[in-house]
Amino acid sequence: MNLKSATLQKIDEVITHYPVKRSATLPLLHLIQEDIGHLPERTEEWVAAKLGLEPINVYEVITFYPMFRRKPIGRRHIKVCRTLSCALVGGYKTCAQFEQEFNTHRGEVSPDGEVTVDFVECLASCGTAPVVLIDDDLHENVDCAKAKSLSDQIKAEARVRSQESGVRSQEPESRIHT
Amino acid sequence: MPAPAQRRIIFAHIDEPGYTNDLPCYLKHGGYEVLKKAVTRPPQELIDEVKKSGLRGRGGAGFPCGVKWGLVDRKSGKPIYLIVNADESEPGTFKDRYIMHQDPHQLIEGTMISCFANNVKLAYIYIRGEMPHGARILEKALAEARAAGFVGQNICGTGYSCDIFVHRGAGAYICGEETGLIESLEGKRANPRIKPPYFPAVLGLYQCPTIVNNVETLCHVKYIVEHGGDAFTRIGTPNNTGTRIFCVSGHVQKPGYYEFEAGKITMGELLNDVCGGPLPGRKFKAVIPGGSSAKVMRFGERYKGKRKVGADMVDYDWGVEDVPMDFDSLGMIGTMGGSGGVIVMDDTVNMVEALANINAFYSHESCGQCTPCREGSLWMKKITTRMVHGEARAEDAALLKSVADQIPGRTICAFGEACSWPTQSFIAKFGDEFKGYADAKKVAKPTEEATLI
Ligand SMILES: Cc1cc2nc3c(=O)[nH]c(=O)nc-3n(C[C@H](O)[C@H](O)[C@H](O)COP(=O)(O)O)c2cc1C
Ligand code: SF4
Ligand code: FES
Repeated sequence: MNLKSATLQKIDEVITHYPVKRSATLPLLHLIQEDIGHLPERTEEWVAAKLGLEPINVYEVITFYPMFRRKPIGRRHIKVCRTLSCALVGGYKTCAQFEQEFNTHRGEVSPDGEVTVDFVECLASCGTAPVVLIDDDLHENVDCAKAKSLSDQIKAEARVRSQESGVRSQEPESRIHT
Repeated sequence: MPAPAQRRIIFAHIDEPGYTNDLPCYLKHGGYEVLKKAVTRPPQELIDEVKKSGLRGRGGAGFPCGVKWGLVDRKSGKPIYLIVNADESEPGTFKDRYIMHQDPHQLIEGTMISCFANNVKLAYIYIRGEMPHGARILEKALAEARAAGFVGQNICGTGYSCDIFVHRGAGAYICGEETGLIESLEGKRANPRIKPPYFPAVLGLYQCPTIVNNVETLCHVKYIVEHGGDAFTRIGTPNNTGTRIFCVSGHVQKPGYYEFEAGKITMGELLNDVCGGPLPGRKFKAVIPGGSSAKVMRFGERYKGKRKVGADMVDYDWGVEDVPMDFDSLGMIGTMGGSGGVIVMDDTVNMVEALANINAFYSHESCGQCTPCREGSLWMKKITTRMVHGEARAEDAALLKSVADQIPGRTICAFGEACSWPTQSFIAKFGDEFKGYADAKKVAKPTEEATLI
């Protein structure tokens, strides 16, 4: 696995938070996914070796928790709340708006690779429904108009990035092969 | 009579202009003074204050906090752990979020006092995975508190040491159930444990005695230790002491969070006076009073019986609007106060579709260990989804009821009850709508009607 040195440092740190190493399984999976974007092949072997477990112990955790994914997703992850309070005030329409903006379907990477739109369950912000989590940021009261403006923002950022990458290639980040 | 005013003790600083979530701001508002005094008192005294206060857990079950602490096995010689349940994932509930994001030190202080009272040396805050900012805010706050000697080694110079770490979940609702949470914290699938024998107070985290409390509950502990258990009983109503934070969502003019003395406000006052009533041109149809698993209330129905007022038994005859918002009153009328999540539905909502939405949630979230829960929640979802998107049959209502009735009492954890109560109560109270759904579908939907499934 190719992990940033900062990630490896955090991994070693977080293991010390627990009297039993196995408890660090979820934190390690989060850290790897944050670094790489998904949990690549052999993640279970690597984490198991790190924590003194069998790969199956890690595998069964990966498959249980909805936030962990085995495949790359779009550059931005748009998670629209599907549950009742959001649905009552238009959450399904909000989701459809995002799908339309990026010409995609729930659970798929958009053709331009820019986003993955997903439905998720209650995000504990039902009073400002409908809500949408884009990467780490919660957006509240996202009606169709707001979904459109958020989409426009993402598209504008994508344009800037593609112009920049045309000018200079990205600095490679230092990664450590372990 | 106008609705009573809010009484903000836990949300005292939420949304206050200029109030920030860093340590200096917290200290400026008297932060950690309660902890400083608490660590000079005998721990048992603190437990007794909490017992006296009558504080009931705010995570959903309403179990008395002092009693829970009293059940902890202190003779085993094993370490005692405390876990803050910050998984907040019962649909309709959104209160712990604001405490953690805007006032994290209040939670840390309450947690540390509870740790000291129970001789805990290591605690975890289990926060749901979808709150990455919340986790970072808590981590930063913990670092500040550690540096200032309120967390970690030698707390307030007393020689008592206890650390707190943040642990993130990964999107599974069942991690809110305390034994599922413990499994998850051990690095496993969040499959709840069977009780007995795995009562957390005896065989919890790493098979050691463990206290699991909700975020809000631990904030109340701070208030109780500051003001005394007796003072706390003077807030709210007997057996429903302190305040409750109501999270109102759905079809009202002003959804949001409101903190009131428990039992001092009725459902009608909350929805009409505080939340501004129904949307223009609409009427209230139904309300779920305590998170999505609580049994639904139908506007227009009446609840009758006898209840205790002081030493006397008196008759009550309530409409939905008259029900006092406390654990006991809501329990008495056949539903529950639960987590405080009040979900309001108006006359544009089709109840079959609303139930289909709820059933999709529960079938997605069942951990799958128990056949009645795994299969039952899936069947209920499939039937209600078929009714909406396929063919609806007159016998579906009876079929749904029969599936729902076969789940409760036959499962490892209370999710079994939680997933069957919506179906049972929707069918009991809106059975006509289920029976007539096939015909209702033939009529075009009004445009203001939201898609729910
Ligand atoms: C299916 C299920 C989900 C739960 N989800 C939560 C939750 O998200 N947050 C919470 O605090 N308690 C939740 N609980 C309740 C916990 O199991 C436990 O009772 C609570 O954390 C105890 O804390 P308290 O006594 O302070 O309320 C849930 C229970 C069940 C059965
Ligand atoms: S009742 Fe459902 S959620 Fe609870 S342990 Fe059984 S299968 Fe899992
Ligand atoms: S239902 Fe969408 S945040 Fe709770």
